[in-house]
This record gives sequence, structure tokens and C-alpha cells, in this order.
Amino acid sequence: MSQVTMTVNGKTASGDVEGRTLLSQFLRENLKLTGTHVGCDTSQCGACVVHVDGKAVKSCTMLAAEADGATVDTIEGQAEADGSLNTIQQAFQDHHGLQCGFCTPGMVMSTAALLKDNPKPTEAEIRDYLEGNICRCTGYHNIVKSIMAASGQDVGSIAAE
Amino acid sequence: MYNFDYEKPSTVADAVAALGDEDAQALGGGQTLIPTLKQRLASPTTLVSLSGISEMQGITDEGGSITIGGATVHADVASNGAIAALSDLAGNIGDPAVRNRGTIGGSLANNDPSACYPSAALGLGATIVTNTREIAADDYFQGMFSTALDEGEIITAVKVPKPEAANYQKFEQPASRFALVGVFVAKTSGGVRVAVTGASEEGVFRWSEAEAALNGNFSADALEGMAPDADGMIADLHGTSAYRAHLVGVMTRRAVAACS
Ligand SMILES: Cc1cc2nc3c(=O)[nH]c(=O)nc-3n(C[C@H](O)[C@H](O)[C@H](O)COP(=O)(O)OP(=O)(O)OC[C@H]3O[C@@H](n4cnc5c(N)ncnc54)[C@H](O)[C@@H]3O)c2cc1C
Ligand code: FES
Ligand code: FES
Repeated sequence: MSQVTMTVNGKTASGDVEGRTLLSQFLRENLKLTGTHVGCDTSQCGACVVHVDGKAVKSCTMLAAEADGATVDTIEGQAEADGSLNTIQQAFQDHHGLQCGFCTPGMVMSTAALLKDNPKPTEAEIRDYLEGNICRCTGYHNIVKSIMAASGQDVGSIAAE
Repeated sequence: MYNFDYEKPSTVADAVAALGDEDAQALGGGQTLIPTLKQRLASPTTLVSLSGISEMQGITDEGGSITIGGATVHADVASNGAIAALSDLAGNIGDPAVRNRGTIGGSLANNDPSACYPSAALGLGATIVTNTREIAADDYFQGMFSTALDEGEIITAVKVPKPEAANYQKFEQPASRFALVGVFVAKTSGGVRVAVTGASEEGVFRWSEAEAALNGNFSADALEGMAPDADGMIADLHGTSAYRAHLVGVMTRRAVAACS
């Protein structure tokens, strides 16, 4: 066991981990931040996406020890200070960008990373960016719509397929 | 996953020392190694992270060539642009989260028969720089998952000469996002090089018949009707060996057309 310390959603968090402890495990089991979901555990589905030093990563495929000293942002830190939904979350709600909600934490974190680099992505850029985020419910259409809306763009142009 | 100790040295020398123990293994971005450990296909006693070694990070442009640190992530190569075909290739590996962790050194050390980077290294005639020596790409790749690296040897950098023109065409396997077949074509001062990944049971290879034809006439027409022998091509549920051989011809013609 060794100790790791990171800044998670703006607060300092420490814990004892084994070499093999995954970042997803540390967040969920040590810090009880269970909003980060583990769907596949094989780096395919993206439900576990969090930001490490501002970059989207699959927390099921990163050791907790690798994030020692890093800044980590998870879905729990996305809402506004007063607890209301942030722009991306609100857009997902408004445009029905989720059904069961299992993929949603990863979708929201990937969207946040996309919009940081590319504030007004095209529909094609959105679909390309979400290649590593799998949703079994929505058929992606309303997710793309939500992201267009979150980036302040017209959603009317996205025809239902 | 079996448990292991974790070390994070800050210099190549310390990493080499830590890897001196035969049950120790290097950790790049972990995008291949962590899934392998989860399946208990490897059981190192110590993982030596290369992510804290600043001399293995980043890309420098030397005019006629670029040098990419062995621990540089795919996303950084994608955004660099000094060799457009290489950056495009890096920007289409896996998905954004994989590209934020996976490294060029890890990809070349692993030499997956369907990985993208081996075709770029071979196609561009890159040099693999390790803690002890420099290895020409032509001598480095030695068949599926097999390379010239010795036990504990670290890829510290990759030197890539700039081509006159180059292009990579990837026919993506949609579930894994690896290449079902990928072809890297480069027009270099030493002639045309065509490197093929995803297709052969021997891993990445140079398609010499296509190179000969293209040295005479650098156009897709020069390859009309050509495909490598289907013998020795991979056959699996995604495609037969004849299908893969055919795809090599198609993707090579597309890459050549995109070069000119
Ligand atoms: C969903 C998904 C999709 C992917 N799609 C693609 C794709 O389309 N194309 C593609 O090419 N790849 C793809 N990959 C693989 C990805 O590029 C990996 O990042 C890469 O193959 C391994 O790099 P790594 O840095 O993660 O290495 P690790 O997983 O950390 O290590 C892999 C091996 O290399 C060794 N190693 C690591 N670094 C070094 C070094 N500097 N020197 C010597 N040995 C070293 C390790 O000991 C280990 O044996 C994909 C991966 C995933 C999870
Ligand atoms: S749980 Fe990490 S990618 Fe699916
Ligand atoms: S909303 Fe159910 S998996 Fe996406």
C-alpha cells in the first residue's frame, strides 16, 4: 500500500492504494464518488471517462498511482456551485440526451473535453469525438442534439434519422 | 489483476536500473498493458512508469526530421503537424481518451499486428532510439508482437525523417477501432516505401512489388490490379486472407492517390 493525494473536484483527497488499484476504483470505492461508472472495464465504452489534468481519460485503464499529484474532475464536480445543472447537463436534460443514464457521466465528461478544445463542433466532429463513448439506449441522436445545444448551436438542422 | 509494486522514476537511467529486475516491466500509457494485466496474461512484480521522465516527452523539429520522445502521447503527435500523414495517423488511433494516454513508445514496443504506428515507422524509415542504441525500422520489427528490443530496453525516442509526400489509409475494424488493414505510403529521398499493417501473419511488412512499380511511376494507375499474395495473410472472423490481400491493393492505391 502507498498513499496517493490528488485534487478531486477542487478538494484535496488522499487514500491508500495498491499498485494495481485503478483510478476508477479509487474514485468509486475510496472516495465514494460513484457517479463515475464502470461499464466494460476494458477501455471500450467510455462510461468511466474523467479528466486528469484537464484531459479526458478512461479511469478504468489508468492506475490510481499514475494520478498521484494530479487534478481530477468527475461528474460530481460538474454542477454549478448552487447545485443546479451546468450548461451541458441542462442540455442533456432538455434534449432527452439520456434514457437509462448509465453512459451519461462519461458522455458529459467527454462533451466537456470536446467543447474546451472546440467550442462550436460540427455534427460530424461530435460523432467522431464520441467514438469511444457507447450508449445502448438513445441511438446517439439526442446526445448529438444535446451537445449542439450546449455549444449554443441550432439543433433544428439535425434531422431525425 | 495480480498485485505489483509501482515505481515512477524521473530519469531514463533510474528507469533502466528499476527494469534491471527481470520481473519488472515498463508502463507507458497502459492502454494495452492494463487490459493485459486484467486478463492475467502478465504478472510483473513491479511496474516502472515512464510517464514522469521529462526527457522522453515531446516533439522537436530538426528541419529534415523530427524526434518524438518515447513517452509522447498520441494526442500530442496528432496536434503537431510537422509530418501531416503521421499526425493524421495518430489522430485516428482509438478514441480521444485512448489518445490522451497511449504513447508512441508503447505502441512500437508492443508491435500489435493491427496497430497503426508500426506502419508509419516502417513506411517513413524511422529510427527507434533506445537507452543503448539506435535501430533502423527495417531491422526493428520482427513479426507479430516481436521486436529487436532486449529485455528491459526502453524506447526513449523515435527519429522520423520528413518525406517528400506521404499518406496513411486505414480500413477500420469498427469494434476494436484498430486497422483491419492500414497502408502507409511515403515518397522519400531514398525511393518510395509502402508499409502494410493489419494484414500479414508476420506483422507489419513492406510491399516491395508495389514499391518497385511506384518508383517507376508514382500513380495509383501503376498498381492497377495488383495485390500481395493471399498466402500468409491473416484470416479471422473479420475477413479472409483473400479479402485482406485485396484490401491492401485498394488502400495502397488510395494512399498513393492522396499523396499526389
Ligand atoms: C479502445 C482502444 C482502441 C485502440 N485503437 C488503436 C488503433 O486504432 N491503432 C493503434 O495503433 N493502436 C490502438 N490502440 C492501442 C493504443 O495505441 C495503445 O496506446 C498502444 O498500443 C500501447 O501504448 P501504451 O503507451 O498505452 O503502452 P502500454 O500499454 O503501457 O505498454 C505496452 C507494452 O509496451 C511496453 N512499453 C511501453 N512503453 C515502452 C517504452 N517506451 N519502451 C519500451 N517498452 C515500452 C510495455 O512494457 C508493454 O509491454 C487502441 C487501444 C484501445 C484501448
Ligand atoms: S468502463 Fe472504462 S471504458 Fe468502459
Ligand atoms: S442512456 Fe442508457 S446507455 Fe446511454
